[in-house]
This record gives sequence, C-alpha cells and structure tokens, in this order.
Amino acid sequence: MKKMVVLGCALGMFLSTAVFASPESGALLQKYQAAGAGKADPEKGKLDWTRVVVVDGEKMSCATCHTSDFSKDGKHHVTGKAIGPMSARVNQERYTSMKKMEKWFKRNCMDTWGRECTAQEKTDFLIFMLTQ
Amino acid sequence: MRINVKTMFLLAGLLCAPYAAQAEETQWGWLGSFTRQKEVNPVNNKVYQEECGSCHFAYQPGLLPSQSWEKLLNDKALADHFGDNAELDADTLKEVRAFALENAADKSYYKRARKIAKSTEGGEAPLRITEVRYIKRKHNEIPEKMIKGNKDVKSLSYCDACHTKAKDGMYDEDAVRIPNYPDWDD
Ligand code: HEC
Ligand code: HEC
Ligand code: HEC
Repeated sequence: MKKMVVLGCALGMFLSTAVFASPESGALLQKYQAAGAGKADPEKGKLDWTRVVVVDGEKMSCATCHTSDFSKDGKHHVTGKAIGPMSARVNQERYTSMKKMEKWFKRNCMDTWGRECTAQEKTDFLIFMLTQ
Repeated sequence: MRINVKTMFLLAGLLCAPYAAQAEETQWGWLGSFTRQKEVNPVNNKVYQEECGSCHFAYQPGLLPSQSWEKLLNDKALADHFGDNAELDADTLKEVRAFALENAADKSYYKRARKIAKSTEGGEAPLRITEVRYIKRKHNEIPEKMIKGNKDVKSLSYCDACHTKAKDGMYDEDAVRIPNYPDWDD
C-alpha cells in the first residue's frame, strides 16, 4: 500500500511538468520503485548530472560526454564520437527501450562515478532527463 | 495485323524493360561485390552495428584475427574495455561474439582481411587494430602532428576520421582525407 502511494507521488510529479515519457520509461520508473526507490526528485537529478567525481585520475560527470544542453549533440570524451541529443523532445529515439536505458545507466555510472547508481539515483536522473 | 505487331513490340518493350533493368542491377551488384572483396567484409549484423558502434564507429571483424576477438569479447574484458565499461548481457554478447569470430580476418576471403590475417600469424594476438603490423606499416609515413596533434583525428584508432568509406569497410587510399591537411600527399 505504501508503495502504491509513493508511486502515485512519483507519477504525479511526472504528469505535472512537461514530461516526454514513453511507456518504457514509465515501466522503468516502476521497476525502480519496486527496488526501493522513494519519491522522484528532478532537482537532485539535475545536481547529480554535473557532479564531478575523479575516476582513475580523470574528472568525470555525466556532462563530460552528454554536455548540459540536452538539445545538442554530445561527444564521447575519449573517442570523440558524436552522441545524439539527450532530450526526448529533440531526439525521439530517447528513452524508448528499457533495455537500452538500463544498459547505459550501468555503464555510464561505472565510468562516471566508478560504481553503479542506486535505484533512487536512477529515478532522479530519469525524471530530470525526461523533463528536458 | 500491323497494329497488332506494333502493340506486340510495345508490350514486349514494357514487359522486357523491368527484366532488362533487373539484369543490369544484378550485373552491377556483382561488380560491386567483386570490388568490395578486395577490402574487408562490411558489418551486416544489426546487433553488432548497434552495440559496437555507439562509442566509436563499428570496426569490421575482418580487421583483427579471431584470437584477438576472443580476447576482447568476453565478460571480463568488456567490463574494462580500454578504460570504458562496455558490458553486454549474455544473449547479446553471444551474438556479437559469433558475428566477430565468423568474420574475423583469418576466416575472411576478403583480400585486405587476408593480409591482416597474414601479418598477425604467430606471436601474441593484438588487442588493437592499430597494433597490427600491416596497419602500422600502411601509416608509418603520416607525421604525428596530422594524427595525435590533429584535433579532428586524435588517434590512429579513429579510422573513419580519415577513411571516408571506413563504415563500408573500404580503406582504399583513394578514399582518404586527413582533416585539416587537404594536401598531405604532395
Ligand atoms: C564516457 C562518456 C559518457 C558519460 C560520462 C556518460 N554517458 Fe550516458 N551515454 C554515453 C553513450 C556513448 C551513450 C549511448 C549512445 C546514445 O544513446 O546515443 C549513452 C547513453 C545514455 C543513456 C541512454 C539513453 C536512451 O536513449 O535510452 C542514458 C540514460 C545515459 N547515457 C545516462 C547517463 C548518465 C546518468 C550519466 C552520468 C552518470 C552518463 N550517461 C554519462 C556516453 C556517456
Ligand atoms: C562504452 C563505449 C564503448 C563501447 C560500447 C565499445 N567500445 Fe570499443 N573502444 C572504446 C574506447 C574508449 C576505446 C579506446 C579508444 C582509444 O584508445 O582512443 C575502444 C577501442 C576499441 C578497439 C581498438 C581500436 C584500436 O585499434 O585502437 C576495438 C577493436 C574495439 N574498441 C572494439 C569494440 C567492439 C567489437 C565493441 C562491441 C562489443 C566495442 N568496441 C564497444 C569504447 C567502447
Ligand atoms: C590520420 C588519418 C588516418 C587514420 C586515423 C587512419 N588512416 Fe589508414 N590511411 C591513411 C592514409 C593517408 C593512408 C594512405 C597511405 C599512403 O597512401 O601511403 C592510409 C592507408 C590505409 C590502408 C592501406 C590502403 C591501401 O590502399 O593500401 C589501410 C588498410 C588503412 N589505412 C586502414 C586503416 C584502419 C583500419 C584505420 C583505423 C584503425 C586507419 N586506417 C586509420 C590515413 C589514416
């Protein structure tokens, strides 16, 4: 019952702002709720996005590859390959596959923070990303 | 009677045209694949293209021998893939690995892949294409400033920065353009 309320709150937040959600991103948020995540906090996601952590002697943040402008191309910091815009408004392929989102959350958290992100951190990230 | 003959020709023309066009296409298709066989086999597997083409262009399996792909494409190696986490789930890894092994340099009949296979015979299998002797030799005349010192290239690893048809597996010197050095060849 408690879970249901929490989920309701998360989705309420979700619907009140301009959100570019897909059924897949909704399902992923539900999965994180089931894994113990609480209320979604897009402000926390935003702060985490640019939080710099030193991994293997290199300063890293999500913005290192994706930049902080979600409407523009990013760039892989080592290979230089372009990464499409992260905003679902601009890039309609974004956040449409649960498998893809989970794969990159895992890889990118390892590369950026040197560890996997928690369900709560991923919830905050995703809500923040979906509102960009 | 005459009209009928004319009509027949017309009909024959209409009927034959598509066949003629098709024949021509097949002919060119054959020619196309003939020239391609001089190069390395293009990537024609969607999963490989997607999984191995997200951080850099998808290197054709024919650029390394199967022993190299065996070392690169397993759980442990992918967890630390040149400093990046490139882990795959079991099913995806199986498919990517099978595609790479089936099309590796030593399994390929494409001419350039054969040369790579030959130059990596014996000795330790390289983890990088840029460590293959044949590839090193082909680039040893290019000054460092055009590679490492070139902000639009950065490293010899990014084949597609200079080889304009690298994505199609074509490395012919006719399709090379070094960014910021248009006249390097003179
Ligand atoms: C080393 C470079 C790099 C860093 C740092 C990085 N990413 Fe990524 N990210 C990528 C690449 C490459 C892709 C896949 C290419 C694409 O989807 O266009 C990707 C894709 C994603 C996706 C998948 C989006 C979708 O369409 O489903 C998410 C989510 C993501 N990143 C989140 C993050 C977060 C959160 C951080 C910080 C913790 C981060 N990334 C840091 C390189 C990076
Ligand atoms: C998360 C990002 C990422 C993914 C996904 C990825 N790679 Fe890489 N790969 C890299 C980085 C970073 C390098 C090192 C580039 C450098 O040294 O400049 C690299 C280098 C390589 C090299 C060596 C190139 C050379 O000769 O220097 C090969 C071969 C390679 N990758 C194959 C693959 C294959 C096959 C896959 C698919 C299973 C794959 N990569 C997926 C990031 C990635
Ligand atoms: C700095 C730009 C640059 C990069 C990056 C680069 N090449 Fe080249 N490559 C060249 C040039 C220039 C030549 C032509 C050399 C000559 O004409 O003597 C060449 C020649 C070759 C040849 C021989 C072509 C022939 O017709 O015999 C092959 C094969 C080749 N490159 C493969 C690769 C591969 C594979 C990569 C990536 C691992 C790569 N190159 C990266 C510039 C580059």
